[in-house]
Amino acid sequence: MTHAIETDHLTRTFGAITAVANLSLSVEEGEVFGILGPNGAGKTTVVRLMNGILSPSQGKLWVYGKDPVSDGPEVRSMTGVLTESPSHYERLTARQNLTFYATMSGVAEEKLPNRVWEMLQLFGLEKRADDLVGGFSKGMKQRLALARALVHEPKVLFLDEPTAGLDPGAAKQVDDLIAELSRQEGRTVFLCTHNLHEAQLLCDRVAMLNQGRLLAMGTIQELTSRIWQVMSVDVDLLTPLPSDVLEHLKGLEGIAIESAAPLHLILRVRQRDLIPMVVQEIVHGGGEIVRVSPREYSLEEVYFAIQKGDFT
Amino acid sequence: MNARILRALAEKDLREVRKNRIAIYGAIVLTVIFSIAFPLIFTQVPLITGTEGAPDLEEVIPLIPLEIQGVIENLEPQQIPVVLFLGYLFAPLFLIIPLMIASIIAAEAFVGEKERKTLEPLLYTPATDLELFVGKVLAALIPAVVFAWANFAVYTFVVNLAGWPVMHRIWFPTAVWWPMILWVAPAIALMGIAVTVLISSKVRTFMEAYQASGALVLIVVALLMGQIFGLIFLSPFVSLLVGAVLFALDALLIKIGVGIFSRDELMTSI
Repeated sequence: MTHAIETDHLTRTFGAITAVANLSLSVEEGEVFGILGPNGAGKTTVVRLMNGILSPSQGKLWVYGKDPVSDGPEVRSMTGVLTESPSHYERLTARQNLTFYATMSGVAEEKLPNRVWEMLQLFGLEKRADDLVGGFSKGMKQRLALARALVHEPKVLFLDEPTAGLDPGAAKQVDDLIAELSRQEGRTVFLCTHNLHEAQLLCDRVAMLNQGRLLAMGTIQELTSRIWQVMSVDVDLLTPLPSDVLEHLKGLEGIAIESAAPLHLILRVRQRDLIPMVVQEIVHGGGEIVRVSPREYSLEEVYFAIQKGDFT
Repeated sequence: MNARILRALAEKDLREVRKNRIAIYGAIVLTVIFSIAFPLIFTQVPLITGTEGAPDLEEVIPLIPLEIQGVIENLEPQQIPVVLFLGYLFAPLFLIIPLMIASIIAAEAFVGEKERKTLEPLLYTPATDLELFVGKVLAALIPAVVFAWANFAVYTFVVNLAGWPVMHRIWFPTAVWWPMILWVAPAIALMGIAVTVLISSKVRTFMEAYQASGALVLIVVALLMGQIFGLIFLSPFVSLLVGAVLFALDALLIKIGVGIFSRDELMTSI
């Protein structure tokens, strides 16, 4: 499989401060890869390194096989970046801003007006195309920044806090767009965020950073099972469970009873695959199940467990 | 180097600078003072005062370079201040125009981007460091030189028109102006830009950069005073020499500037 992005022991220092330390990761083509961490974790520095606007102090990295240090222009023509703040030329219009960036990014002269217009339409800015950006709302500026990042149809999209400071409606609009870009257009998305809900919604895999160090990487499910060796399962019953069924459950390999109220059981199972067997055993023993709900951990719980150091 | 990128950058910087009040007012004030007010004053005062001004000038004339004394000795008293000041002594003063315009645009292009936080998205474009640098230098150099030349045309028109009652002929430009405008003006504009680029790595705002590069006006003042007090005569040959020295300095400063203008350095200084 083609690695869209690959880093090998990537390190960047600023004087005595290490912003990124020994980071090795790979991002596959077409996936939404989230990089999570508190402020100052090194997320933005990673994006800058991957686009060749900062050079690594040590280590190597490649974007579609190209080294951003030696092949910067080529790498940047394949990438689009949504910076943490939209930072437009506020004394120019939306159309002028996009036209400028499209030209700088190599969009062919004959395609330029149409491409710019398409982007303005896609991001709902066509009615304000010829207004100065200085008068735009924060949400509009953010949409224009996304349009700027996409105007040259990059293979990889870097999004640094794409919904920071947006109201819930605008944030949802941006999240929907990101999901669409990945799922329908197959673009690789590298998402830096500390919005865990957003990451859970959008990311195929996540990496967690703190003080420039990689703490963990994987799908949310992988990380969950690495942190919590057992899974909690809630079972609601219509009538109390016969006592022999309870005893039988206790004796099964990989299952333990955490608590047993007459109409509510909390079981601890070693793996998800054991849940159907538990259900069968209860039903065979005459138990009447109303609801079985395995406890799913949210990314937020995973994140805090990892940041706290619970990850092994 | 990609010409399309250079053009896009230069056009964008110019669009921005057109919205910068300091640049616009600066350009207007320079035109009014240097190309209109000065020629009007020096052509009209002799008409108003008659020959009364002449005795004062006689005290000044021995101080000025012999070459200029040779030119004015056959003139009528009323013509002397017109030719002396407008035809010769003002030539170096006119250099303020390309210098100031170049410095303002360069400050806007190099530091303004940093100040308004628009530099980072620009660095994410495929343009090379050198293309970004050259595009921004051209954005400042070309308009500064064109503006200086346009002002020279206005000055020529006003000097000849307003000076007609005194001079009775089209006498301007004198030979000293051509190398000054065509050769020294671009050199000093480039110096304004090069110095602004060097300053831009140390300052955070447009105003700081512009004010710091304003110190270059001292070069113009030195040339002006040197000529007024007879220390130097900016003959065409001397002007060519001054321009060559400035261009050599420009080359050196720009070489240092190119070294500073790398993405890594810029990102670290944001």
